[in-house]
Formats: sequence, structure tokens, C-alpha cells
Amino acid sequence: MRAVTASQTIGPFWHSLAEPALADLTRGGAAGPRLQLAGRVLDGDGAPVGDACVEIWQATPLASPVFSGWGRCATDAQGGFAFTTLAPDAAAPYLAVAIFARGLVKPLWTRVYFADPGDPLLASLPATRRQTLLARPEEAGWRWDVRLQGDGETVFLAL
Amino acid sequence: MTEPAYLPFPPGSQPPYAVPSYGSTARRAPHQPLVAVVPTIECSGPVFSPAQFPAGIDAGLDLSRDAGGEALGERIIVAGRVTDEADRPVANAMIELWQANAAGRYHHDRDTHDAPLDPHFHGAGRVFTGDDGRYRFVSIKPGAYPWRNHANAWRPNHIHFSLFGASWGARLVTQMYFPGDPLLAIDPIYQAVPDPAARARLVAAFDLELTRPEWALGYRFDIVLRGLHATPLEGAR
Repeated sequence: MRAVTASQTIGPFWHSLAEPALADLTRGGAAGPRLQLAGRVLDGDGAPVGDACVEIWQATPLASPVFSGWGRCATDAQGGFAFTTLAPDAAAPYLAVAIFARGLVKPLWTRVYFADPGDPLLASLPATRRQTLLARPEEAGWRWDVRLQGDGETVFLAL
Repeated sequence: MTEPAYLPFPPGSQPPYAVPSYGSTARRAPHQPLVAVVPTIECSGPVFSPAQFPAGIDAGLDLSRDAGGEALGERIIVAGRVTDEADRPVANAMIELWQANAAGRYHHDRDTHDAPLDPHFHGAGRVFTGDDGRYRFVSIKPGAYPWRNHANAWRPNHIHFSLFGASWGARLVTQMYFPGDPLLAIDPIYQAVPDPAARARLVAAFDLELTRPEWALGYRFDIVLRGLHATPLEGAR
């Protein structure tokens, strides 16, 4: 067996691959209930991470020529990101998330949930940590902040 | 009873999050241990094609010419194979590339290095592997540049690679380095990989057969992505 190639940081200069359109997964004309997700990426001091790459993947609705299931958003100076997508199926109401940034020599893997249908990962976590994976409904959509380190640190996953 | 799963990484083959010599990790590396999860939606992943991407990025396989002219610098051909751990080729893998120009300057608003931009070098693009997992592109050799991590800190010459494999968990962002670079020995990012053999695999091999006479030097860089493997499960869940 061969070893997987070592990860290295995405660095601060990756933005030529950050086309803003990639944050709207419905841009191809996909039909179905929309889901808006916005949040901020914060570091161990609570300071915004303004050069991160946030990517999402969802397995439902199934990918099609008008819906790839994948999105990418560059965080802004306030650490903010925002996606428009289709709501995932109620049976698995979450998105897979990967975060890349300067200072991260390998990705941070996590998930963001919009409900808890008795999910085994959520069930395995103490309440305070579980809530770091739950998006909050707001008037304009869902809110989910990511804390890389320290108080309220988001649960990150080993795949 | 088996079901497809990711294999664990061999010890030392991946860097830790916290790298004391790389200052930016200090406030960004998580403190809590990672939580093991049985992958579900992570076992599938996006499938890309060149047609999906909006215009505005240099979508060609040749980064050495842009805006009607030839970039300055040493022209290079980079090629290799993308496989999984079992050496199975990864077909239709999307590879995203970006790099500094020959003077060590990125085409990027936040790059303040006092080195010239090259109007004929944008330095970013996408390529896809074929059915045999092979890819190839043309570029120019990127320059070294200073990065303020510590006194007199310079990054070795490198090309950034971002890859999407057959599933979400195969996603990889890495950097390709060049053989014989004296900065590798003192680069905190390269040295963050504990296993010397794993580090060495980030260095492309000069390849005379890939080198095109009177035109460009060839470098070979093979990449291994995580695959899903039929693995005995430890106990029933």
C-alpha cells in the first residue's frame, strides 16, 4: 500500500480559485427548497479568519447537471461566509464541511446540522460540544459560526 | 462483514495541526482531539467537469502564456499520476493549481512582496486526470518569496495543488516542491511532515524523458489520495 500524499497549507494566496458563484449551489437552476447558511470563522482569540476557504458537500438532493452538491466560499475580512443551496433530505439533515486556511497544514473536517434526527455523531457528543455542530435558524436563513480553537471550539472530525 | 472505509494514515505521513515553528498555526490549530466519525455522506463526493467553471480563470493546461504573451521564467512541464493507496488510478480527478511567478510574486491583492508582476502570468488553472489517472500541464518555475514567519524566512519554490478524488474524504490540498532546493531544509511548512520519506514525496522528480528538447524541463509528481477500501469492521455497531 502507498501512503497518502502529505497535506500542506492552502496558504493566503489561493483566491484565484474562489469564484464567488461557487457559493451558490443553486446557480445552475436547481429546483427545490432553498437553504441559506451564513456564519463566521474565528480563531483562538475570537479574531476573524479572513483568508479561509470553506467548502461544503451534500449527498442529497442527488447531484445532477444543475446541482453539483458542492460549494466553496472565501471568508471575508470579518471571517464571514455564506452559501445558498438546496435543503438536504430530512433523513440526513447535514452538510459535510472542510475548512482550509493559512495556518492549517491540513483541512479541518466537520459537519453542520439543521436538525437532529437521532444522529449517532451528535449522540456521541456532550451537550456543549454537540451544539457547535448545530446551525441556528434565523429570519434570513441558518447561522453557524466556526471556532477553530479555544472556548466553544467547533467539533472537528477524523474521517 | 465489510463495508467501504478509509484507511488510517501511516504514522508521521501527515503533519499535525499545531506546528510551533509555523506561527500561523498558534491560534488556528484546534486544541480538542478530533472526534472519530463513521463516514456517511463523506463517502461520496462532487464530480466535476471543465464545463462547470465560469470564465475568468485561466482554464488552459498551459500557464506559461497569458494575455497574448509568454511569461518570463524557466518553462516547465509537470506531469504525474493520481492513484489511491492501492495504486488504483483516480480518473477524472480535478486538480486546481496556483503558484507565484518566476520572480516569487503571486497575482494576488494581498501579496506585498517587492517583486515584479508578470502581465503574461496569472498562475492559476484547473486540469483533470484521464482514465489512467494521469495529468499534465505547462507552467514556469515559481520563484522563492519571503513570508515573515521568522527572521529572513523564505518559502521554497512550490506549486499549490488542490485535488478532488472519488469521495469527499479524498480531498487533498498540498504543495509540490523542486529537487535540490536549499530552502526545504529550513521551511517550517515542508518540515511539518514528520516522516522524512513522506516529505520527500512532496518533491517532484526531474524527468529527462518528460523534458522537451529546446523547450521545457520536465518534472514528475505523483499523488496518492485516500480511497475507500473494503476493510473488516472492528465489532458490530
